[in-house]
Amino acid sequence: MAQFRIIHGFPRLPTKHIMTEQRKAVALISGGLDSLLAAKVIQEQGIHVEGINFYTGFCVEGHTHAIRKKDQKKPKRNNALWVAEQLGIKLHIVDIVEEYKDIVFNPKHGYGANLNPCLDCKIFMVSKALEWIRKKDFDFIITGEVIGQRPMSQRKETMPVVSGESGAGDLLLRPLCAKNLPETRPESEGWVDRERLYDFSGRSRKPQMALAEKFGFKDYAQPAGGCCFLTDAQYSGKLADLWRARGSKQYEMDDIMLLKVGRHLRPAPHFKVIIAREEGEANFLQGYRKQFITIKTISHGGPLALIDGEPTAADIELAARLVARYSQGRDADLVELEVMDREGTSRALKVEPLKPHEIPQEWHI
Amino acid sequence: MSRVTLDARRLLCPMPVIRVQDRIETLTPGTILEAICTDPGVMNDIPAWCRINGHKVIETRSDRTEYIVVIEVGEEE
Ligand code: SF4
Repeated sequence: MAQFRIIHGFPRLPTKHIMTEQRKAVALISGGLDSLLAAKVIQEQGIHVEGINFYTGFCVEGHTHAIRKKDQKKPKRNNALWVAEQLGIKLHIVDIVEEYKDIVFNPKHGYGANLNPCLDCKIFMVSKALEWIRKKDFDFIITGEVIGQRPMSQRKETMPVVSGESGAGDLLLRPLCAKNLPETRPESEGWVDRERLYDFSGRSRKPQMALAEKFGFKDYAQPAGGCCFLTDAQYSGKLADLWRARGSKQYEMDDIMLLKVGRHLRPAPHFKVIIAREEGEANFLQGYRKQFITIKTISHGGPLALIDGEPTAADIELAARLVARYSQGRDADLVELEVMDREGTSRALKVEPLKPHEIPQEWHI
Repeated sequence: MSRVTLDARRLLCPMPVIRVQDRIETLTPGTILEAICTDPGVMNDIPAWCRINGHKVIETRSDRTEYIVVIEVGEEE
């Protein structure tokens, strides 16, 4: 006997037999090509698609463009917004900064090559998308995942882990590799035609590029490592150093921002010095003057620097000698600097710049 | 027509966009929202977000330290 579902008070025929009801999907939009294509493939099948983008604090978007002067020549666009605009869909950006910390601290499935907890991250984002579709009365979720594309998080074995542990189950459709996976609900119910989905697999980007060409997409973003700073070895090194120095895994938004800026040197476990590399970074660091001890050269042109930690008077002098080394007075006998504490009280300090051999390689984080 | 201000200073993109988005969700169509920001990136990102979500940017201005985007909240679909 046919099953009838009552929705909004009206009896409804089994969905397989009527195609008139507008089905709705939410697409996880990272800003890269794969999520753009996945959403487009589903849109082409007449599904109403909206995008969702999760902000973890580590996303490659925005910040560094805003901070570094040399990057300001590049177009300053947010790729997720750009993708949504190409598709003509709404984009909902969700702040998950606080909840995400737990994923970074304790990833059940471990880290990737660096401190990137990709598999746990995927599971978490899909579970948030599931919450969202339930609240907004959407039918299913789409991601741009491709089997074999990424060594840790996008393998044949991890696909069911993401759908299972997120709770999304068969409401999670990966249009770019769906034909290599068991049928999902949108397919079995006839909301989408499985035949018009794809069977991409492996690390090659060629099939995606060909599909982009077919849809006429140009100028799309192709992030090399992944969608966030945690896949970056240098960045992860700085985060690991921060955790070591604090004796526990923790971070605040300011910490993760500062890890993206300047030269970081740690002369001792209890303090590090962050030295601006150019004007844009110096302007950015200015904003932290009330939270850190700052050092600025007076007698010569030079960078602004922050001291993170609890330095002694001798440490501050060492930090000043280090900053002098990175100033235009690096070869002078003495360089005068201004040291300002968190309360805004400043004093002048004359120091001898450190010689290159006095800066051990291990100080560089 | 009601007018509200949103302080998104010292936030880096996309945080100002998220603040605008979350604020707009609580406002009725036709309300004017003035977002005051310090990240120059908002001059691109907030208008882009408005275009795709059906809101109208009626003014952008800057005095080099602050970037202000004035938005008219669109109709709900
Ligand atoms: S690269 Fe970053 S944002 Fe992307 S899945 Fe991995 S941890 Fe998550």
